[in-house]
Amino acid sequence: MLRLPRFSYLRPGSVAEAAQVLSEYGSRARVVAGGTDLLPKMKRGQMEPEVVIGLGHINELRGIRATEDGGFEIGACVTLSEVVASPELRAAYPGYVHAAALVSTPALRNSGTIGGNLCVDTRCNYYDESYEWRKALGFCMKKDGNICRVAPASATCRAIASSDTAPAAISMGATVVLVGPNGQREVPVESLYQDDGQFYMTKAPDEILTSLRMPSPGHWKSSYVKVRNRGSIDFPLVGVAAAIQMKGSLVEACRIVITAVGPQPLDVSQAAGALVGKEIDDTLLEEVATEAAKPARPLDNADLSYVWRKRMTRRAIEQAIREAAEVG
Amino acid sequence: MTTVSLDENTDLRVIGKSLPKVDSVGKLIGLTAYADDIELPNTLYCKLLRSHHPHARILSIDSSAALAIEGVVAVITGEDLPIKYGIMPTSQDEHALEYEKVRFVGDPVAAVAAVDEETALAACRAILVEYEPLEAIESIEHGLLPPSDEPIHDYAGPGNIHRMGALEFGEVDEGFANSSFIREDVFFYEGNTHLPMEQHSATATFVGDQLTLWSSTQNPHYVHRALARVFEMPMGHIRVIAAPHGGGFGGKSDPFSHEMAVCKLAMITGRPVKCTLTREEVFYVHRGRHPVLMWVRTGVAKDGKILAMHFKTALDGGAYGSYGPASMLYTGALQTTTYNIPAYRFEGVRVFTNKAPCGPKRGHGTPQPRFALELHLDKIAEAIGLNPVELRRRNYVKPYTRTINHLRITSCGIEEVTDRVVEASGFLDRKKRLGHGMGFAVSAYMCGAGLPIYWNRLPHSECIIQVNRGGVTLYCGATDIGQGSDTVLATVAAEQLGLWPTDVRIVSGDTGLAPVDLGSYSSRVTFMAGNAALQAAKEMREIIVKAVAEKMECSPSEVMVGDGKIGELSFEEAVVLAEERFGMLSTRGSYSPPANIGGKFKAAGVGPSPAYSYSAAVVDLDADPYSGEIRLNKVWIAHDIGRSINALAVKGQVEGGVYMGLSEAMMEGQLYRHGLHKQPSMLDYKAFTFMEMPEVETFLVETIDLEGPYGAKEAGQGPLLPVIPAVVSAVHDALGVWVDEVPITSDKIMRAMDAKVKGREGRYGPKIFPNISYPTIVKVPPFDASSSAF
Ligand SMILES: Cc1cc2nc3c(=O)[nH]c(=O)nc-3n(C[C@H](O)[C@H](O)[C@H](O)COP(=O)(O)OP(=O)(O)OC[C@H]3O[C@@H](n4cnc5c(N)ncnc54)[C@H](O)[C@@H]3O)c2cc1C
Ligand code: SF4
Repeated sequence: MLRLPRFSYLRPGSVAEAAQVLSEYGSRARVVAGGTDLLPKMKRGQMEPEVVIGLGHINELRGIRATEDGGFEIGACVTLSEVVASPELRAAYPGYVHAAALVSTPALRNSGTIGGNLCVDTRCNYYDESYEWRKALGFCMKKDGNICRVAPASATCRAIASSDTAPAAISMGATVVLVGPNGQREVPVESLYQDDGQFYMTKAPDEILTSLRMPSPGHWKSSYVKVRNRGSIDFPLVGVAAAIQMKGSLVEACRIVITAVGPQPLDVSQAAGALVGKEIDDTLLEEVATEAAKPARPLDNADLSYVWRKRMTRRAIEQAIREAAEVG
Repeated sequence: MTTVSLDENTDLRVIGKSLPKVDSVGKLIGLTAYADDIELPNTLYCKLLRSHHPHARILSIDSSAALAIEGVVAVITGEDLPIKYGIMPTSQDEHALEYEKVRFVGDPVAAVAAVDEETALAACRAILVEYEPLEAIESIEHGLLPPSDEPIHDYAGPGNIHRMGALEFGEVDEGFANSSFIREDVFFYEGNTHLPMEQHSATATFVGDQLTLWSSTQNPHYVHRALARVFEMPMGHIRVIAAPHGGGFGGKSDPFSHEMAVCKLAMITGRPVKCTLTREEVFYVHRGRHPVLMWVRTGVAKDGKILAMHFKTALDGGAYGSYGPASMLYTGALQTTTYNIPAYRFEGVRVFTNKAPCGPKRGHGTPQPRFALELHLDKIAEAIGLNPVELRRRNYVKPYTRTINHLRITSCGIEEVTDRVVEASGFLDRKKRLGHGMGFAVSAYMCGAGLPIYWNRLPHSECIIQVNRGGVTLYCGATDIGQGSDTVLATVAAEQLGLWPTDVRIVSGDTGLAPVDLGSYSSRVTFMAGNAALQAAKEMREIIVKAVAEKMECSPSEVMVGDGKIGELSFEEAVVLAEERFGMLSTRGSYSPPANIGGKFKAAGVGPSPAYSYSAAVVDLDADPYSGEIRLNKVWIAHDIGRSINALAVKGQVEGGVYMGLSEAMMEGQLYRHGLHKQPSMLDYKAFTFMEMPEVETFLVETIDLEGPYGAKEAGQGPLLPVIPAVVSAVHDALGVWVDEVPITSDKIMRAMDAKVKGREGRYGPKIFPNISYPTIVKVPPFDASSSAF
């Protein structure tokens, strides 16, 4: 089997200590929560930390707490399974919980955390294989090389944003708490990501994500639709989170966030403006979906053809809006 | 599961029951030692350095830096193992480690033995290989062209053509001339791999003059032979033991580099050496389903009777010969075992390409033409206005007949399996609704190849049964690769001896302890080893019964055998009595297929089998006209098993075949890009998980074959075959488009739908079959009927 390379493992006693050792080791270190993303990548030589700093055991990172404003704060090391098993979260954020439930397999959800999921590496089928394979193909700029294999003319890596929960969290207006050497800050989930598959996160490498803050759901109803080849295990080929507020049968507000169609989740709520004040019908929905899918730029670096994935983006947007609004 | 038996004699105690496999408990509780579980004291670990180039000359290999690494004990290269080998006598084209040139990304060039895997891997990376890249051949079409620098191999040819065949039976031109309707179609079947859960692993020891290899091999017999050749050692000094398997499906049927390497390294170091492949390496070792491009032309009479068929195939063989010459012929051999084709022409070619070598996978060479043939018949049925079941029924072969290509058909349940699935599924009464479809297909498969892979006159299978107070032990070279062959042998012996299958100890898959069996391929074990076991068990029963009859002073026919008793005695008492009377109790059995099951022409070795199993399937699905996504609703499968030795095990094989068939039909592709495997990992090589499986309803039809053990035939491969065309046919039923290519993925369906919406032909698939200069057609004279009853 593929073996893990040698590394040192540190087990800090608190978030503060973790932040301190992380900044000491700098780029030579990486934090690990459930390890379901990091460890396979270390085996394949895609990530080569000399020092791995464990977070999973730190109690501060583990709880789900109701907040005063009627929302919830979810510790970064809460597992996806714990999220799925929480009736309160399910009632408040059905889209987010559904997204968590659709991540990989039960075994991986038992270890995989929500923080790890927000930070999960971008994916590309020119990159997600072993060192030997990448060497045979020719390395690419995301690791060990200097050009993009799927889009050679591109100045940046176009690897695919693949977190299922990120778009759902964005659609609810969630924020995350980041702790770094200079203290703590809170940023919207949306601004955690940028349009570069290599440097896909805006947070500093020595910042630790400590919790996800979900605001009160108010009257927002939400959904998540995931398109993939196999419902049992696969990463998203398209992911769409929708949140909607209705007044009777009329749409009051609607947010749409799409993922897996470029290096970052995209908030395309603008396109949903056409729905406001109206009843949802097929023609309108199709128009909105077509408009909302426009920024989707799938490339030939994932399963099935990019033409198909682009088309499915439209379809998934329609479906997500319907599901959120609970209309057939 | 329903079993329908055409047998009146139901006086059997254990045969046919649904019992757990005899080795299931060990597997369940984790006690079974698979090849990778074998840990001997002082073991060294081996890793192979593999080529990063699809096609290149090796200019130099420098392993000095690797040898200098602490913990590295030995490094070998191809020059240490210069003798070539290969599974077939005609394709001895592999070096254990290549030293002249490499032919695909993943081709091994050096092997390291070190104190642990990490060190071995580091040493592999320290070996410097200087290559001179050559043009890489990446497709069938490319392989058919004259190479621009040099062919992949310096034998065979012209160019990169490995093998060709061209045969004609009956008067094909005349058949076409008399036809009232003729149709031509082109199909493509993408290659795919076996994906066994267990990666290959091998451990070797060399003690005194004795070399021992434990390996996850389906065919210890052939590995034994290849080792003797490469190491120039007497066969008596080599012992190959097939460890219990976590799945084979044909992927563990060749002798492999890692097996050769651990043997050589054990000889050099004097220590046990072990090599377990990574999943990625299993994709490179491959030997899986050939990609095949196919062209078929059929002429039928007004009533739908086939008058002539012309079938052309072109196979992408990958980088080595492997079973390729046989695979190529198999793409043309079994079309005639389901339909009565009075005039048949076949032309086939296999080309070398710079990809992992292809070989046998479940159904070896026949799922591809079966897929093409069944869809082609659907299209003919549609064109002449017959329903697809009726068209087939009008052409079904009859039991106890001879096909135009000289194959002997004996028991044949093709009508019965058709009845079962058609009735249960309501296929003929289905309501037409856009997006919902059903597809039907049939198939046949062999119960063991009629000839061994290399010419020899040995029995194909032998068994020894030894009985004493310590119980019953059955020795047979057959390999249980998870298909349940140990269970079959134990059940056959138990039935004769009045015991329970778990009362019989099985020693199998060991060339040193057990008599010959050719291996677990071509669905041969139940039929061949089963017959050998039956013979040995019958003789043992007679001996014990004789001793008991003498004591009871009655005739042997009055001695009842069963429920652990022989007459009035317990089995153990009876055994002691017989041993006192006759000395050591040991009997033997052997099996060779009858001589008259096939023809005498060149290439007649591929296709003959002592019997054929028959399967039929109906697939019910919904297909989304917009996205092309398929939702499987249900599969009905009926299989003519001859007789179930163990109904549960048969059902497991049948449903496993359905699973594999669906997965191949809808997802799997051993795809290449820029000269290397596109996705050698289990996450990205898409295959079904059990979550993708629909409900399956299974019918076992028992035709009680006159030559099979208790009438049994096979279940390991046949039931996969009809599933694949049935899926594609159901999509056509649902959406009115043809996807003449598998896997039939959503995006291909979408493309066919788009074409239809735009007013073009609603089809996705290859448009043309290349112009291939096949050899001159050999016209084979009709079968000499005087040599056989039919
Ligand atoms: C077969 C397979 C299928 C998968 N399918 C999916 C899928 O469908 N959808 C999906 O979204 N994911 C999928 N994943 C990826 C992964 O399992 C999940 O995203 C999971 O939630 C990651 O969480 P983790 O705790 O295991 O992350 P880890 O592996 O521990 O960490 C992931 C990354 O985030 C960083 N990190 C982790 N926690 C923090 C933190 N608190 N602060 C800062 N950085 C942090 C790590 O350094 C690392 O780079 C799959 C993985 C596998 C192996
Ligand atoms: S998008 Fe380009 S740079 Fe990024 S991982 Fe893929 S090939 Fe590499």
